[in-house]
Amino acid sequence: MEGTRTAAVRGITRQRLTVLLLLTPALVVVLLLFTGGLALGIIQSFGYLPAAGLTTFTLDAYRKIFAMPGFVRSAAFTLFVSVCTTMLSVVFGIGTAFALRGRTGRAATFVYQIPLTVPHLVVAVAVMMLVSQSGLTSRVLFQLGLIGEPADFPALLYDPYGVGIILVYVWKQIPFIGLITLSVLQSVGENYEGLSRTLGASRWQTVRHVLIPLLLPAIVPGSIIIFAFVFGSFEVPLLLGKSYPSMLSVLAYRLYIDVDLTMRPEAMATSVLIALFVLALTVLYRFAADLLQRRRL
Amino acid sequence: MTRAAIVLIVVAVTGPALPLVVWSVSHGWWFPSVLPDGFSLRAWNYVFQSDAGVFTALFTSLGIAVAVTLITMLLGVPAGRALGMHSFPGRRAAEFLLLAPIIVPGLAVFMGVHIFFIRIGLVDTALGVIIAQLLPCLPYMTVIMSGVFANYEREAEQQARCLGARSFQVFLHITLPAIMPGIVTGGLFVFLVSWSQYVLTLLVGGGRVITLPLLLFSFAQSGDHAIAAALSLVFVLPAIVVLVVTSRYISGTSPALGGMGRI
Repeated sequence: MEGTRTAAVRGITRQRLTVLLLLTPALVVVLLLFTGGLALGIIQSFGYLPAAGLTTFTLDAYRKIFAMPGFVRSAAFTLFVSVCTTMLSVVFGIGTAFALRGRTGRAATFVYQIPLTVPHLVVAVAVMMLVSQSGLTSRVLFQLGLIGEPADFPALLYDPYGVGIILVYVWKQIPFIGLITLSVLQSVGENYEGLSRTLGASRWQTVRHVLIPLLLPAIVPGSIIIFAFVFGSFEVPLLLGKSYPSMLSVLAYRLYIDVDLTMRPEAMATSVLIALFVLALTVLYRFAADLLQRRRL
Repeated sequence: MTRAAIVLIVVAVTGPALPLVVWSVSHGWWFPSVLPDGFSLRAWNYVFQSDAGVFTALFTSLGIAVAVTLITMLLGVPAGRALGMHSFPGRRAAEFLLLAPIIVPGLAVFMGVHIFFIRIGLVDTALGVIIAQLLPCLPYMTVIMSGVFANYEREAEQQARCLGARSFQVFLHITLPAIMPGIVTGGLFVFLVSWSQYVLTLLVGGGRVITLPLLLFSFAQSGDHAIAAALSLVFVLPAIVVLVVTSRYISGTSPALGGMGRI
């Protein structure tokens, strides 16, 4: 009896040791780069930067960025672009998934997946050529006699609404939501909502009580990934966006590379706010998902 | 109606490739011409010219991406095994920590340690860029391998051990062949994340380490559409290859897709 217990304890200890050995290398890297980066960013955002002769802890940087009109407008712009991209991707992702459903044609599915792996920068270059004021769309409209000069074409790049940026990300993220939707639809069988209609549910009732509950648990995490990714995006808004207001990452970078080193704390404060906002969103999501699961059980 | 929708999808996906291909061989293409005024191989000559820097950038990109992929394999496969096969106290916290960099923007986090990279001389070096890129790439490999190991049958390992195989032999002959498809998929995606990475390379490389996306960005910004288009087509090639190889592994529930949202 005593012997088996010791053996069991030894087994658990051994297993813990294995886990520790397996996890340590990856954890060290993440602790140094991720946790370390976040911690050092927070310290520097409090104005502690010996390299620039700053050695006191203050909240000045946060006070300054919130007083800066550029920060508030950039934050609003970033939220606008992220929310629009997420919503459009979800709507078109689900729509295209329903159009593709039931088709096992490999060619169509393959083409549908292409945007997933194409680098953002390539998409941004293509969008630039397609929708700039002297781009292909504008030229076609000119030939059709609909516009008289490039300036008649609406500014979709370097514009206050970030249309070009949104286009790039929506193009990339539609199949992401689409594939999530397709796999949910596949897992519940061919025609769940048809069944619900046969049982007398109205079209709206079917959407409300069958499709939404089915899709939501898969679409929400997907939407959060898209939102967070667009929220922190850098090179696409740097290429296609206005310089003011810009996306927050671009603002943080500009403040960071400023020759005036005393701007560093403000750059760090902007970065810390971006990181904490996204982190809080993730924690909130996990919390909500747990709560939902517990209620269901 | 569905057929019309599918035609629309195909046009929307392949459409943007058209201006890239035509621009790359155009010679003077001004508003309002819908077709180029002339054709020329200037952009392609530039890309294949050995002293133009495109080749150097191509090999720098390739070298960094291969190194990042190999390192994330060494770190991410064991971590994925721990998360996928074992339950232990602190498992959720470890998982959250290892996967959080997938969600949290890399630039925002990395800016804090940049000063440390400067102090130990990692800036302006390819090694520094490789280390920095582990931040967005490692979680990716970990999440994919964790999914692979969650569906992994460990009985075969125990049987091999009972038959007298040593740990290393078990790994080489039993574990490795079983997880190989996962490692290949994960490796290809990590390669692509590294290949497309822009801002960390810019920050750590400091203009000394020039990769393909950095070159593409500067041509896109300078307005040389022909060269930007040709570079885009070179840059997109590995992405298409990866998709061809892995498209059958991608489905909505696979962890591979979860990472796809952020390439």
